[in-house]
Amino acid sequence: MAQDSGTRTLISHAQLRRGRGRIIYWTLLTVVVVGFTLVFLGPLYWMVTGALKSGQEIAQTPPSLFPKDPQPQNYIDAWNNLDLAKLLFNTFYYAVGAVVFQLVFDTAAAYSLSKLRPVFGNVILGLMLATLMIPAMVLIVPQYVTVIDLPILHINLLDSPFAIWLPLVANAFNIFLLKRFFDSIPEELMAAALMDGATPLRTLWSIILPISRPILGVVSIFAVTAVWKDFLWPKLVMPSPETRTVSVGIYAFAGGTPMNVVIAASVIAAIPTVVVFLVFQRNIMSGLTTGSLKG
Amino acid sequence: MAITTVPQIPRKAGRPPSPYSAGPQRTSLGRKVRDNLTGHAFLIGAVLCFVVFSWYPMVRGIVMSFQRTRRGETTWVGWDNYTRLIADPSFWPAWKNTFYFTVLALVLGYAVPFFVAILLNEFRHAKGYLRILVYLPVMLPPASALFLFKFYAYDPSEAGLFNAILKALHLPTSQWMQSPGMTMPAMVIASTWMNMGGAVLIYLASLQNIPGELYEAAELDGAGVWRRIRHVTIPQTRLILALLAMLQIVATMQLFIEPLILANGAGAEDSATSVAYLIYQHGFFQNDLNGAAALGVIMLVVLAGFSAVYVRLTAKQD
Repeated sequence: MAQDSGTRTLISHAQLRRGRGRIIYWTLLTVVVVGFTLVFLGPLYWMVTGALKSGQEIAQTPPSLFPKDPQPQNYIDAWNNLDLAKLLFNTFYYAVGAVVFQLVFDTAAAYSLSKLRPVFGNVILGLMLATLMIPAMVLIVPQYVTVIDLPILHINLLDSPFAIWLPLVANAFNIFLLKRFFDSIPEELMAAALMDGATPLRTLWSIILPISRPILGVVSIFAVTAVWKDFLWPKLVMPSPETRTVSVGIYAFAGGTPMNVVIAASVIAAIPTVVVFLVFQRNIMSGLTTGSLKG
Repeated sequence: MAITTVPQIPRKAGRPPSPYSAGPQRTSLGRKVRDNLTGHAFLIGAVLCFVVFSWYPMVRGIVMSFQRTRRGETTWVGWDNYTRLIADPSFWPAWKNTFYFTVLALVLGYAVPFFVAILLNEFRHAKGYLRILVYLPVMLPPASALFLFKFYAYDPSEAGLFNAILKALHLPTSQWMQSPGMTMPAMVIASTWMNMGGAVLIYLASLQNIPGELYEAAELDGAGVWRRIRHVTIPQTRLILALLAMLQIVATMQLFIEPLILANGAGAEDSATSVAYLIYQHGFFQNDLNGAAALGVIMLVVLAGFSAVYVRLTAKQD
């Protein structure tokens, strides 16, 4: 595990290897590893095992570390009573659609802004980036009013997945991430494609997209987690029980359901994002830092 | 914001060169028009979504805040919505709570991740493991994490996790969400636990960009660890620190799901009501979408001050 990064940080390597520094380093490391495990993994352990406890055991003092008489029935009840299969499917469906819509429209827009650069492209980009400064809560009411009666078309999007998919396309952060990546692709490549008579669409498809796989992955992961974590917007635009997302569904049932079952449902709801994170943690972390540090 | 930028656009800005138009020989007008049309064709999907779901709602929110719709009939009412909202007994508590949360979250959620990042950056072992741990809660759906806090951690009896720990340490236990004084700190703890991972990772990345020679030089000049943090680490990460402060203020001012789940909305004696929760209440329970829009505009004005600083900082970075 020992990895010497080679770069000098706050405290020099030499100091950490010498007598006193070495002792402090190892004590601190142990304390932090144990402490962080307790603080960040502990609650998750409590959640998973707590949902296995019976109603009496949960109310006992002091609380027990291991469930004495594990009740997997809580998980089964959560699955059946809350119709979690349906809720998870809905959320998954919205997440996949969000990925597709964002990849298609945001990639095309970023490509145009970065490589084709039509007139007023910079104005459009500026207006898009300006939305980053508008807090979501400020827009929630007028957005809702717009979704229940789309301008000109007069369509009501309530309970339609488009009410989740289309607003997510208006994501300036994604366009910014993609455009920055496309900006780093040399213009010569574009010129060469043009020489060979490739249309802009063909250039995007066969030259730009294959090199851009890492950033497309990051955008997709962000789209999935955004849908999975979002709460207020899906709660407003997906009012019927049949179209709810998993977070909203658990919230809706929380009032009249035993709390162990609510927690069991929360555990099940958290599994997909946690798995996505553990599988793609490298991409997620690099995407996070490139996005915020501007490359 | 989207509106104010429009007049500043220089009308005669020259088009930057693109391989599709720039070349040794002058391109014809028809070719230029066609290239532009292609460019706009690629933009149209995203632009339409921005128009319908972002730019238009922004304008509409402001318009709505000066109107009142009753039984399908919309009339202009001037500042009525604003005065009605300000007269709402929850208006000032909501702002007080939101600011209190923002400040507490800045102390906890802003300083703590920075020092955690400094610490993690010094470690030569278990780095990957620690980074995954810190970021793991960020990936939980907030509703899941908050139910965990609500039912298992903030249980006011001694069966709750926090009270059990406090009791084991012979410290006084707390009523948590049931005591008005603890509501906000309890929400900040839950919120920090859920969200600090992102900040830690961003700080870590910026710490890794600090040239090692600076620390070397500082050490040779006899600067201790604290002085090195003060005179090297903080100045070198100043921009990121300022940026994240802005982002965090904007995020915490929109406090919503924590009061909704942990405190069932308003909490004991309005101790949890937030501005965002009040927007939700007015818009979707009191059938007062216009009032909610007005409160949204007030929030926008308050945050515009912070955003102005943010814009200046990002501009300087470029």
